[in-house]
Amino acid sequence: MNKVLMSGNNIIGEAAIRAGCRFYAGYPITPQNELTEYMAEHMRNVEGGIFIQSESEIAAINMIAGASAAGLRVMTSSSSPGISLKQEGISSMAACELPGIIVNIMRGGPGLGNIRPSQGDYFQATRGGGHGDYRTIVLAPASCQELGDLTMSAFDLADKYRNPVMILADGMMGQMMEPVIFKKPKPRVYSKKFMLQGAGTGKSKFIRGLLLDPIDSEEHNWKLARKYEVVSKNEPRHEEYKIDDAQMVIVAYGTAARIAKGAIKRLRNNGLNVGLFRPITLWPFPELQLRALAAKVKKYLVFEMSTGQMLDDVRLALQGYADIEFHGRPGGAVPTPAELANVIARVYDKND
Amino acid sequence: MLVKTIFSGFGGQGVLMMGVSLANSGMNEGYHVTYLPAYGAEMRGGTANCTIAIGDEEIASPVASEPNYLVVMNSPSLFTFQNKVTSGGTIFLNSSIINDRPNRRDVKVVCIPCADIAQELGNIKVANIIMMGAYIKISGVVSPDIYLKSLESIMGSKKKSLAEINRKAFAAGFDYVKD
Amino acid sequence: MVKTVYQRPKSLKENIFHYCPGCGHSIVHRIIAEVIDELDIRGITIGVPPAGCAVLAYNYFDVDMIEAPHGRGPAMASAIKRSLPDRVVFSYQGDGDLAAIGIAESFHSANRGENITIIFINNAVYGMTGGQMAPTTMLEQKTTTSPLGRNKTLDGYPVKVSEIFSQLKGVTYVERCMVNSPANVNKTKKAIKKAFQCQIDGQGFSLIEILSPCPTNWKMTSINSCKWIDEVMSKEFPPDVFKDNITAAKKTAEDA
Repeated sequence: MNKVLMSGNNIIGEAAIRAGCRFYAGYPITPQNELTEYMAEHMRNVEGGIFIQSESEIAAINMIAGASAAGLRVMTSSSSPGISLKQEGISSMAACELPGIIVNIMRGGPGLGNIRPSQGDYFQATRGGGHGDYRTIVLAPASCQELGDLTMSAFDLADKYRNPVMILADGMMGQMMEPVIFKKPKPRVYSKKFMLQGAGTGKSKFIRGLLLDPIDSEEHNWKLARKYEVVSKNEPRHEEYKIDDAQMVIVAYGTAARIAKGAIKRLRNNGLNVGLFRPITLWPFPELQLRALAAKVKKYLVFEMSTGQMLDDVRLALQGYADIEFHGRPGGAVPTPAELANVIARVYDKND
Repeated sequence: MLVKTIFSGFGGQGVLMMGVSLANSGMNEGYHVTYLPAYGAEMRGGTANCTIAIGDEEIASPVASEPNYLVVMNSPSLFTFQNKVTSGGTIFLNSSIINDRPNRRDVKVVCIPCADIAQELGNIKVANIIMMGAYIKISGVVSPDIYLKSLESIMGSKKKSLAEINRKAFAAGFDYVKD
Repeated sequence: MVKTVYQRPKSLKENIFHYCPGCGHSIVHRIIAEVIDELDIRGITIGVPPAGCAVLAYNYFDVDMIEAPHGRGPAMASAIKRSLPDRVVFSYQGDGDLAAIGIAESFHSANRGENITIIFINNAVYGMTGGQMAPTTMLEQKTTTSPLGRNKTLDGYPVKVSEIFSQLKGVTYVERCMVNSPANVNKTKKAIKKAFQCQIDGQGFSLIEILSPCPTNWKMTSINSCKWIDEVMSKEFPPDVFKDNITAAKKTAEDA
């Protein structure tokens, strides 16, 4: 496969189709419209591909839940305010153990906010977002290549754990074009016994999240919790950059991590030994991996395009073993690498 | 090496096309590239712009706070972006329709009467490609050959005659500016 | 030789209904199951129960079922039908589910002309939550949230789902029935069978609205509930065939 230049939104669509996604429902919202448009254009060109422009985000998530139950690989996408609307359905999919992909191309919030890139939905994504005791697996790509790779992984993870998976990117990732090489997707592994396709001559089944008996419901919750424990153990992913001689480590994900890398290059040219720890899965957060680093590095700066959300997870991971500073740019503001380098340099000196 | 360029103008002047074609040729040269368009409400009101970064290392931010090059196809864009250009950078302007000139002394200014040259070539639509000829000659960021090949591959096999006029337009812009 | 004239439909599980005495749900469940048996579609039918009294419908229907969040049944049913076009997909909804919280999903699945069937139970109250005012509650009708009676100035008017949905071009068949007498039950069954057949033949969206007694929340005896449907409810919601384009749809399909 050749390298092609594509926008992030289109890459997600293409990777999804290649990964076997055959049902997409969505509703227009900036800055993710190109993804919906891509699916409208390309789903009809693949065998069995179904595209529905839904009447709302709520309808879209429930449509993918239905198609997922029917046995298809499914996806929906939106941006922050629309993701809030989808939470009912995400909770329901988690309860019913239906695999599916939800893409959030984050924009500034709260409320309508604006359409600039932001990372204010970290809590919503990693803490479940909707009601009840559940988790969604959250993947945070930082380049167009990773958008392609992680979109394909998302489908495998969703099937493997029968759970919704969220791709958490932002307006910058969605709009930006970069070269991408589409890898070969893995063949789907998903048992027919989880699909609802009519009873045939056999026993009928039902898929439900309603469990009126509290003991049944408790057991269901513990069953889900045990599954989340397995995910937490097996699936954390992260990237380390220039960690070996680092005196100080920046913790950042997605677009913020790109900017941090740029800042780190500048700082290293000035003799400051700074590294980067970039979580790729936000849930499960690479907690043990970060904690292990605390044996070596004692200074951390969390940088987010928010007022400090992943910061909580970094605190939980480091458990007081290291000093943590924070720099945030919420509401759609994106600093330059040079600006961030100045912030880091001040903290670096302070700690010396 | 990291080169950042902003292309800007009216919608319909092929401004985004200039960016896409440059980003593609950067990719085909083997560089890291990013292309970032203005989007959403910014695009309403008839203006368009995009930012292209080309580098030999991973590109941190696709945003250009201090672009090396600015290409402006209309007057409003000149006023919006001229102060962003890094000191020692270059502003390319479409002098056929922009009467104003940048009021900065620390940047180079290259004036190309793109629309006039395009008229002479008999196709006003290629004004953007004429500008690209001039831009690539001065910036040297990618080779003219790679640029033209990339341009043809993006345009697809739409029309042979289109490739021909694009080549002519590119050459006209390329030859218009001195080394 | 003993001839069987009455037995439990095969598509109904052995479980005992949790519905109140005199409730219409039990009747409608039974006739849907009879229709599924008669059309021999048990193995290819997928049902979507609502949030409401019928939330546990999967305990009774012996067909594949999947629960939908409140009001979202038609969105889910649309997707299931598109994914598995040769299955028979129905959504079973109450008045709150269809005409209040899920009006958008219902309306747009109808407008898209999804080839699904909606069974719509109109009993003029929210039953499961304890008798609150529904979108179809009658003017002056007392409920726990309209203690002085539904007030048109404050609460608006009863929503006439069949009349509204029959106006949509995407809709093929809409009929309003009642289950307050043996004759009306038979009529309702015929309508449901026709709706399922309409779907099997690929003729498009069908909706059967059923005026259904809720003695518990109406605070009436079962007999009076049936009378109230005749004397009051059916005046606001007249039973009728509001749209029947099945023949026309068939013809268009044949011409195409």
